[in-house]
Amino acid sequence: MSKFKKKGDGGTPAISTASLPDIVFMLLFFFMVVTVMRDTSLKVQNVLPYANQTEKLDKKDLVMYIYAGKPSERYQQQYGTEARIQLNDKYASVSDIQQFIFEERQSKREELVPYLTTALKVDQETNMGLVSDIKQELRKAEALKINYTTKQGNSLANYE
Amino acid sequence: MARRNAPEVNAGSMADIAFLLLIFFLVTTTIETDSGISRKLPPIEPPDMEDVTLKEKNIFEVLVDDAGNILVEEKLMDVKDLRQAAIQFLDNGGGNGNEACDYCRGPRDPESSDNPDKAVISLQNNRQTKYKNYITVQNELVAAYNFLRNREANRLFGTDFTAMEKAFNDPEYPQSKKDKLEDRIKIIKKMYPQKLSEAEPKR
Repeated sequence: MSKFKKKGDGGTPAISTASLPDIVFMLLFFFMVVTVMRDTSLKVQNVLPYANQTEKLDKKDLVMYIYAGKPSERYQQQYGTEARIQLNDKYASVSDIQQFIFEERQSKREELVPYLTTALKVDQETNMGLVSDIKQELRKAEALKINYTTKQGNSLANYE
Repeated sequence: MARRNAPEVNAGSMADIAFLLLIFFLVTTTIETDSGISRKLPPIEPPDMEDVTLKEKNIFEVLVDDAGNILVEEKLMDVKDLRQAAIQFLDNGGGNGNEACDYCRGPRDPESSDNPDKAVISLQNNRQTKYKNYITVQNELVAAYNFLRNREANRLFGTDFTAMEKAFNDPEYPQSKKDKLEDRIKIIKKMYPQKLSEAEPKR
C-alpha cells in the first residue's frame, strides 16, 4: 500500500509552457502575413446587395475603390442623409472622380494601368441616378473595366 | 576585471506580449477577397457617329422602375421569370439563310431575335431606381448568358464556361494550357456575345 502512495505523492508533473511563446509566435506570423489592413475608413453606409454570377477580384493592388451610400449616422448631422460618394478617406462629388482615376493611374506602374479595375461598392438603397453619374464619369476617364461589388448570395433576396 | 555572467532575462512574459500582438492582428485581418459582377462600360462615342439601327425584334428591352418593377417589352414580369425569358430570347434563332443559328435550341419564333449575335438586351432604369433592384436584374441577365455559354461549352469541350474562365484568370494555371483555353473561350464568346447595353436613365 505504502508503495503506491509514495508514487502518487508528487502529483502529475507540470506541463512545460516553455514552447508556448513559439506556438503563439507561429500564429502571430501567420496572421501578420495574411493581414490586409483596411486602408480607408468608411464614412458611408455600405450594405452591399446579393448576387451569384460573380467574379473574384484577386489582385487588390489593381483595384480602385469607389464607395457610395448615405453618410454614416455620426456624419448625418453634418452632411445630411443624401447619398454621397466617398473616394479614399473623404466625401467627394461626381466631378472629383476623373481626377481620382488619374491620380490612381499615376501611382501604378505603367504596364499595369490597362489592368486596373474600378470596384463600385454601392449601398443597396442608393438610387441609380448617382450610380449612373459615376458610370458616366468613368466613361469620360476611360476607366471602362468596372465591377459591381456584391455579397455572395441569391440575388432574389434583394427583393425581400 | 572579469565580468560575471549577466543575469538571465526572464522570458516568462514573452507569451503575453506575443498574445497581445496576435490578438491585434486577428482583429484587423480581412482574409476574404471581394467579388462582384464584372462589366465593361462602353466607350464614349464621338459625336459624329451614326446610330446603328437595330431591328425591333432583336432588342430585348428591360426597364427597372422606381418601385423595382420589371417591365420587359413594356409588360410587367416577375423577377423569377426574367432569366428564362432572357434565355429564350437569346437562344431563339429565328433567322434564315445567313442569319440562321444552327446551335440554338430556342422556339425559332420569327417575332423574336434572329441569332445570338444580333440579339441585344437593353437594360434601362430610372434615376430613382434602387441599386439593389438593378443589381438583381443585372445578375439575372448575366446568369442567362452564363447558362447558354455553359451549355455550349459542355457540348463542345465537356466543361463549364465559367470554370474555363476561372482557370484562365488563375495565375497558377500553366501557361501552356492557357493558349488552348483562350481559343475555346473565344469560340464560346463568339457564339453568345454578351451584348448587354446599359442605357442612361430616362428620368
